[in-house]
Amino acid sequence: MKTFFSELYKKANSGFWPIFITLGLLIAGTISVYQSPRSLSAFLTLMLCPLLVYFMKINMKVKTFIGLILVIVILPVLGIRNIFYLEVIFQMAVFAALALGLNIVIGMAGLLDLGYVAFYAVGAYTWAIFGSKQLSLLHSIPGAAPAGAEFALSPNYFWLFLFLGVGLAALAGILLGLPVLRLRGDYLAIVTLGFGEVIRVLALNLDKPINLTNGPQGITPIQRPPLPPEFILSPIRNLLTPIVGHVPSEAEFYNVFFYFLALIIIMIAITVATRLEDSRIGRAWTAIREDETAAIAMGIPLVKMKLAAFAAGASFAGAMGALYAANRTFVSPETFSFLQSIGVLTMVILGGLGSIPGVIFGASAVVILNIQVLQNFSLYLSELRQSDAVIPIINFAWKDLSNQLDPAKYQKLVFGIILVVMMIFRPSGLIPAERRKRELVEDKE
Amino acid sequence: MSLLQTTNVIKRFGGLVAVNKMTFSVDEGHIVSIIGPNGAGKTTFFNSLTGIYRPEEGEIMFKDHSLIGLRPDQVSARGISRTFQNIRLFGSMTVIENILVGMHIRLKQNALDALFRSKKFHAEEKEAEQKASDLMEYVGLKNVGNELARNLPYGGQRRIEIARALAANPTLLLLDEPTAGMNPNETEDAIKLFRRIRDEKGITILLIEHDMRVVMGISEHITVMDYGEKIAEGSPQEIRKNQRVIEAYLGREAASSKD
Ligand SMILES: Nc1ncnc2c1ncn2[C@@H]1O[C@H](COP(=O)(O)OP(=O)(O)O)[C@@H](O)[C@H]1O
Ligand SMILES: [Mg+2]
Repeated sequence: MKTFFSELYKKANSGFWPIFITLGLLIAGTISVYQSPRSLSAFLTLMLCPLLVYFMKINMKVKTFIGLILVIVILPVLGIRNIFYLEVIFQMAVFAALALGLNIVIGMAGLLDLGYVAFYAVGAYTWAIFGSKQLSLLHSIPGAAPAGAEFALSPNYFWLFLFLGVGLAALAGILLGLPVLRLRGDYLAIVTLGFGEVIRVLALNLDKPINLTNGPQGITPIQRPPLPPEFILSPIRNLLTPIVGHVPSEAEFYNVFFYFLALIIIMIAITVATRLEDSRIGRAWTAIREDETAAIAMGIPLVKMKLAAFAAGASFAGAMGALYAANRTFVSPETFSFLQSIGVLTMVILGGLGSIPGVIFGASAVVILNIQVLQNFSLYLSELRQSDAVIPIINFAWKDLSNQLDPAKYQKLVFGIILVVMMIFRPSGLIPAERRKRELVEDKE
Repeated sequence: MSLLQTTNVIKRFGGLVAVNKMTFSVDEGHIVSIIGPNGAGKTTFFNSLTGIYRPEEGEIMFKDHSLIGLRPDQVSARGISRTFQNIRLFGSMTVIENILVGMHIRLKQNALDALFRSKKFHAEEKEAEQKASDLMEYVGLKNVGNELARNLPYGGQRRIEIARALAANPTLLLLDEPTAGMNPNETEDAIKLFRRIRDEKGITILLIEHDMRVVMGISEHITVMDYGEKIAEGSPQEIRKNQRVIEAYLGREAASSKD
């Protein structure tokens, strides 16, 4: 059976088959999503395309071309027809960036960090505080905003704060790194977990003595960066109107806009991660992960390199945090719970520790599972509950099913199952890390 | 003028004095061996030299500068490279990458060079890769550059460890029982390799070794340790005849064969 599949795979991945299959799936996926924007299976079909593009043996230029068409044309257009897709993809990008950052710390440098979401919070609150009216509310009680509070900064400052968020998160990474340098394994995990909680509790309680974070209520509204000017938007609007069947609204444009911003950040994150990995710095990180004593004996400065790993990893989260704050126009401490850190860890483990394509896949898979599959399943169950259907044999009426059984609420269970199953059956992940093969002169003999 | 000079170095573990008042020197260009029964304190002495342990007392001078208080990476930057008694390779990195890690301190690229893939970066990486594959050949390995280090046989791993240590361009190479676990042929090759490293590259070698054929065959100078102390030193001929050395070895072996 196994050989049958590997034969089949070999056949499918040679000659003209790859391009044929990939394009076929792309077209089928596009049409089905276009026809039935609400169908989950249609969306999953379309989401298979990037995987195929990555895995199939296709000319690099053709690959890039297909990839670009998919992300620049197909997804935004389909996304305007069903705004929910762009939301899913936006979240995929956000979590992929987080997973890439955490992968530097855990996957490459081998430092188990369970409080990673703290850096995401730093990025988010950086823009939340300065991009909202919070600065004029510093001396008022949360929830009792005086009339006439003003935005402190123009929305254009978002771009500056995107970079500041990166910088501050990196700084927070170094601050966390300093006290934990001597710790390894379990001890490191515990301290980082505590650090994550400290940041969340700070966000929760820094509404006094001065009201910096607005406490548990969170900060809203947060400004969004302005859309591109009208002379760019109007031709796009004219072009899109017949395709999507209505005049795209500003809200829809914003969704596309954030989708592209997330895409740009994720592209930068991928580039940074791959380039660092394949350099003196990345090799030093891996060496530290493999054997600290040998690494330092080879001249690698442990302190500097570990701090660099914490800072680099944190910076990814900082960027996405700022973007997230602007996208939601709302941040609150709840978003940055321990569960989120575990969620990102699950993505990294599912995809493959140390594997860049792996963790991106892991992030996408977990996001789709969480906000698409589980939610669809919940919906299906609640439909059953309202029907008169009965489970045959045991004679159980669906309408007696407890309301508590709502799969969408079972995130923790899902994370737990994924972690346990992966650790037992495939500890190196679904797309395990591979070392780059070099063309060595001696090999050509 | 000696390259390395230690004076009264003491390293304790709780009540145990693992290295006791070691006064010892290595001349430039020599191959020097430290021998002694198991548990004599040889590895601990190496670890004290390389900054892994900080000796409680004593002075360690290398090229006329003190090494006391330096971290292992700083010691390595001063020109001392080492291998480990139990091979410590970076198992899930390729052979070439292991050697590239050895070059860490010699490479000049920074994060920005890596991010923007500057000309300097590409040139340096290419040169480093070439140098690494040359080193691989130098220690007698071929066509394994892209293998994961942990997949190589034992003898191969020993060689990579030496190549990795050489990659840092050391002045002094410390080898901790480099032929342990090798068969006679491999040991023969290893001896030739050590000679070539000294003769062709001019690197001074300090060797911990169990195999008497190796020690007697290549060392200019031998120091014998027992219970943390230096009990004898001299040329191979002198050591061979030394009564205390014979006792230390025979006595210990006779004792251990009883239980
Ligand atoms: N990290 C350590 N902690 C406590 N005791 C140690 C440690 N390392 C070595 N020792 C002890 O120091 C003595 C010397 O060990 P070692 O230097 O490994 O000997 P050798 O390399 O000559 O066989 C031994 O008795 C060993 O048990
Ligand atoms: Mg030893």
